[in-house]
Amino acid sequence: MSSNKQGYSLVERYLPYLLIAPALGYLLFFIGYPLTQGVLLAFTDQNGHFTLQHVYYLLYSPSSNFWPALEDTLALAAAIIPIQIMLALGFSLMLSANFKGKDMALYILIIPLTISDVAGGLIWYSLLTANGFFNKLFMALGIINQPIQFFGYQFRPMEFIAIVLAEVWRATALVFVIIFAGLQMISKEYIEAAEVFGAGTWTKLRHIIFPMLKPSVQTALLIRTLFAFQVFGVVMVLAGRDIPVLAGEAYYEQTILYHYGVAALYALIIAAISVVIGYIYIKMFKAQYLREVTM
Amino acid sequence: MSTPGETPPIRYYLLRILFAGIVILSCTWVLLPIIISILYAFSTPQDFYSPKEIIPLHYTLSNIQKLLALGAARATMNSIIVAVMTVIFSFALGLPAGYAFARFAFKGKDSLKLLIIGLRMFPMLVIAVPLVTLYIRLGLNDTLLGVALAHTTMALPFVILITSSIFVSVPIELEEAGYVFGLDRKQTFLRITLPLALPGLTAAAIFTFIMSWNEVFMAAVLTLTNRTLPAFILTSAMAAPDIIKFAASFIMILPALIFVFIARRYLISMWGITVK
Repeated sequence: MSSNKQGYSLVERYLPYLLIAPALGYLLFFIGYPLTQGVLLAFTDQNGHFTLQHVYYLLYSPSSNFWPALEDTLALAAAIIPIQIMLALGFSLMLSANFKGKDMALYILIIPLTISDVAGGLIWYSLLTANGFFNKLFMALGIINQPIQFFGYQFRPMEFIAIVLAEVWRATALVFVIIFAGLQMISKEYIEAAEVFGAGTWTKLRHIIFPMLKPSVQTALLIRTLFAFQVFGVVMVLAGRDIPVLAGEAYYEQTILYHYGVAALYALIIAAISVVIGYIYIKMFKAQYLREVTM
Repeated sequence: MSTPGETPPIRYYLLRILFAGIVILSCTWVLLPIIISILYAFSTPQDFYSPKEIIPLHYTLSNIQKLLALGAARATMNSIIVAVMTVIFSFALGLPAGYAFARFAFKGKDSLKLLIIGLRMFPMLVIAVPLVTLYIRLGLNDTLLGVALAHTTMALPFVILITSSIFVSVPIELEEAGYVFGLDRKQTFLRITLPLALPGLTAAAIFTFIMSWNEVFMAAVLTLTNRTLPAFILTSAMAAPDIIKFAASFIMILPALIFVFIARRYLISMWGITVK
């Protein structure tokens, strides 16, 4: 083996790169190629000449839904994310107490993590539709005389509410996992020290727990915002195109109208927004990562 | 809060009841929609359309059977095939990389890891739209392999980071013992590291399976006749009667519920890696 040692260590030195190269190559091809292709599709016509026709269509054509889609995507994010953060904070504080059945409660709260947006939409459809659970329940209780309509173009505000409910139900678990992990990292010593000085529950929350949770809340906020621009399945299930969203319009332009250039433009816009949000996230993460390494 | 021997004030009991109420309410908020949608999936049409039956009392398999006959049987099969291919591809590519990040010190490691973390944040659904042109040229459009390749792109960064953290958690002393007894790196990996990492890797594989199983945008864009289940639901099942839709939602959440049940121990750590 000693005669082999030089060759062995040479392999050892390049081995990590050899192990990483296939995965990295795959990712770079499957992201880099479509992005390049996407730019070509978005800015050239059938003959391969440069054109801004897709951009004009997207921005100004009466058949383009870009501005409503952008508006509704943002409106959904603005309605959903604050509720999720508050609910997740509440769940996290609840589960930081010790009580019987705590593990059970924890598992139950994270079940929606594994449920897809399509299924989440269908589940809420079963609760909210005219013959759904809530309408039947409230009619039996005499609270309402006829079903509350949630679905259909003329009930768009209600469709919006249905999407918010479904997304809050399904995706709060993700925010909860992030914030709960952050809460568990807060050292008990700080809280005990505060108790020694006679701090009450509210003082502890206000001056210790909330400030120390700030990084986790920021992370949760950024990730949720990132996902908000990809919202698709739940909207398609509950509202179809009544409530247009960016990813939904990309899908529609691509598969129904065959406007490949416009669809590619949507894809690039979603990618660009995400890269900006992701960049902020990476900068934050890098600072945190380096701090952990040096500590 | 009260000192031993002293009877706690009534406020203490009220607070405890209030707290228990909040816990029960939170769990109900999550569980009730799932339970209701499952009951409705098996409800007879009479019970579902009767305004009196809040909870259906008569159950049938016919909703599921009708859904499967509509094409969901094939779509479910397609989803399973795509998900299995995605697990195989993303592990074949991602596991070695995860091992490298866990067990080697090398130049550029931090930048490479940061790159993977950055790529994980990339909205992979956007690659589907331009991929269509490439797939048409390669004959991959409307094929399950094509969807699996796109899903692999989505899953790969997660697989690298998850497997890396699993390998980190295997005690390095055991590997060193292997070297002491004359095993080389490959033997040590196969006989010591891999068996110890297997439970975690299995959970990661199921997680990847669910990721692919749940993905709808890329699957809907990249297929036309060979729909996966969520793509089938979006394009065909939405025109079906309501109880058929509930049956579809039941099939969609079934693997997820099984996963939560068998791998709940790993679920939080896995999602922690996903988002951290």
